[in-house]
Amino acid sequence: MEATLARLRERIAAAVAARTPLRPRGGGTKDFYAETLAGDVLDTREHHGILAYEPSELVITARCGTPLAEIEDALARQGQFLPFEPPAFGGEATIGGVIAAGLSGPRRASVGAARDFVLGAHLLDAHGDVLRFGGQVMKNVAGFDVARLLCGSLGVLGLITQVSLKVLPRPREEISLRFECGAVQALTMFQRWRAQPLPVSATCWHDGAAVARLSGSSSALRTACAALGGTPMNEADARAWWSSLREQTLDFFRNDETPLWRLSLPATASLDRSGGELIEWSGALRWLRSDAPAREIRALADALGGTAMLWRGARSASMFHPLAEVQRELHRRLKRQFDPHGVFSPGRMNEGW
Amino acid sequence: MSRNDASPQSDAADARRAELRRALAGVLPPSCLLFDAEQTAPFECDGLSAFRQAPLAVALPQTEAQVREVLHSCRRLNVPVVARGAGTGLSGGAMPSADGLVLSLAKLNRILDIDPVACTARVEPGVRNLAVSDAAAAFGLYYAPDPSSQIACSIGGNVAENSGGVHCLKYGLTVHNVLGVRGYTIDGEEVVLGGAALDTPGLDLLALAIGSEGLLMIVTEVTLRLIPKPKVAQVVMASFDDVVKAGDAIAAIIAAGIIPAGLEMMDRKATAAVEPFVRAGYDLGAAAILLAESDGTAEEVGDEIAGIERVLQAAGATRCTVSRSEAERLRFWSGRKNAFPAAGRVSPDYYCMDGTIPRKHLGHMLRAIEAMERKYALRCMNVFHAGDGNLHPLILFDAHREGEWDRADRFGADILELCVELGGTITGEHGVGIEKIGSMCVQFAATEREVFFGIKRAFDPAGLLNPGKAIPTLARCAEYGRMHVHDGQLAFAELPRF
Repeated sequence: MEATLARLRERIAAAVAARTPLRPRGGGTKDFYAETLAGDVLDTREHHGILAYEPSELVITARCGTPLAEIEDALARQGQFLPFEPPAFGGEATIGGVIAAGLSGPRRASVGAARDFVLGAHLLDAHGDVLRFGGQVMKNVAGFDVARLLCGSLGVLGLITQVSLKVLPRPREEISLRFECGAVQALTMFQRWRAQPLPVSATCWHDGAAVARLSGSSSALRTACAALGGTPMNEADARAWWSSLREQTLDFFRNDETPLWRLSLPATASLDRSGGELIEWSGALRWLRSDAPAREIRALADALGGTAMLWRGARSASMFHPLAEVQRELHRRLKRQFDPHGVFSPGRMNEGW
Repeated sequence: MSRNDASPQSDAADARRAELRRALAGVLPPSCLLFDAEQTAPFECDGLSAFRQAPLAVALPQTEAQVREVLHSCRRLNVPVVARGAGTGLSGGAMPSADGLVLSLAKLNRILDIDPVACTARVEPGVRNLAVSDAAAAFGLYYAPDPSSQIACSIGGNVAENSGGVHCLKYGLTVHNVLGVRGYTIDGEEVVLGGAALDTPGLDLLALAIGSEGLLMIVTEVTLRLIPKPKVAQVVMASFDDVVKAGDAIAAIIAAGIIPAGLEMMDRKATAAVEPFVRAGYDLGAAAILLAESDGTAEEVGDEIAGIERVLQAAGATRCTVSRSEAERLRFWSGRKNAFPAAGRVSPDYYCMDGTIPRKHLGHMLRAIEAMERKYALRCMNVFHAGDGNLHPLILFDAHREGEWDRADRFGADILELCVELGGTITGEHGVGIEKIGSMCVQFAATEREVFFGIKRAFDPAGLLNPGKAIPTLARCAEYGRMHVHDGQLAFAELPRF
């Protein structure tokens, strides 16, 4: 066992013996993404490094503490990328944190979420065992899909020590189109596009304009541009803009005085009721700044067939949308199976455990 | 390895059957309940007919409410429940329990809703895979995962096995194309996982449910993602005089930044077997042929096909043919899609394997399989979802000849062990079921298997859903280890090792 892994294991063994909680943490860029933060920090950054990367296999395997930036650089040098465009929220972000958080960026609606690109993961559990789930191959249905379960688990099941991710070739070309329009018109447009074989890789509406990014071969983009209309954006400006959306550095995300709600809804949910001020994922992700009581916003999301997360701002309610009772019970039981002593990240995902 | 024939019925089994009969009679109409041996016989196995078991009874509910009631009854009476879709599975996942009920979901076969704006389909589990695409075609949409059995296999079964197909590299497996499921725990409690929204709070239980082989819950409704049908599709067929070169060509295509919609490989034994039946025009002189498909707009496909051809030629293809019409494209594919039936025509029986390995080892694996053919004195034809590194070696044997099935079985286990050794997995898309339960001991350590049992307990504390499948117990693995050594040392000591 590598020394860095052995040290993490010792920390866990000691914590289990003393029944003191731990919270795995990489760069800490997603500390805000928690119901509550509790436990001593288990810093993963010492356990880092890319373990395997063969571009023709479309798989990269890295230790949890590997900086996201290092991985993206290695991929970029081979003309590849992480298709789910994980938000880093800071230069310190690690790949372990990215997968534990399970957040996806602008390309989510067209290529899939972080979990869709997880092929395998190792978990250091409360018993000090390193468990391997999934692997480094594209198709693998042996055993329950624990590697994907770990994606978005926020460290509550144990420490993810390494991950294998599917990567893809970077699109040959990208072009972004801007359309001056209202939100309703934008949603209608996104819906029309969705049902057609168009190379749309991301969409957003905010502040009186819709922006669509097209990715693919130059001939495909030419045809699509002719079909869609809109005003092409300057390439560098467009790249910077999508990055600021992904990293939430747009002005819209900066004001923390009014609570910012993240509504995950069916893409076709009506707009007048969700009141989204910034729309992503062709309508499936809507951001809303509102002082309205949490129960109202959650009731609205429920009625529209989705959920509402209190993303940033004064915490007047739980961050995560409450689970149905049957689900909550399944969560409790799974947590007990993985972490019988409740050592890992207590309260991070759910009040109480 | 057991071929379980119906055992003499004990009094206890009779009493149990009678009790179950009473309970279910109150829940289901008589036409939806099968108790007599001649009626339940068709349910004794799935697509893997080497493994058979007569069930206590078969229930064929027509509504979700009936499913829930059946589960309630089974839970109360402590009767194991084995869910079954179309019965096309290839790992014995739907093989009955002797003391259990087969819960066929075939009659829950309604397409509940196709939403052409949201691009989703809500279907019951008994709906056939291809029926979804047929229904969506009117809107220019389709459901991407296309297992070879798609004309018959059900969406519920696809969810249970996380089925793949020939277009996974670009379009993903079932897990990438299912937005949500609704179903019931063995306690009859409704569970909704995922849904029409893309993100749901909490742990990703949907990922656990997909591919769970009927061990965690019974799915009664599935929400599928539909995608726009590509305007054009074309396929390149390339010949290679050497399997390793063909394997390298696959890596070269990917390295060139191309993700073909389908990337398949067949070796000479496979092309020789299918060509007389389908007349696909395969190059029978080639050691292996590749089929690489591109789909999208006419411009995209034109660019990509040109790119694929360039790479294949540089990789040493001895012949390259591009389909010129939709009819020709389908003809090129017909051989690949008919590989399994063709195996059935050239051999009394065949055993289909389903390992996955890193693509770079394809050549090595083919060489190793040749050595195994000599070791076990059996022929094996190879069709691969090469783009995914997913292998389907078809081991040919005759079950009526003494010892051939046992040899085929061990041949298969050897292939799977090599898959694990090469950094791959024992099943890419068919599932573990009962068939690969021994090989699971090779891929997973006891601690990992215990996590699987822990998950099982969380969903199904009484252990009534498809017991004995997918996850081997410690005792089972110990037994597997003994069997293996035993066979190697005694039964086939005369065979050469490699």
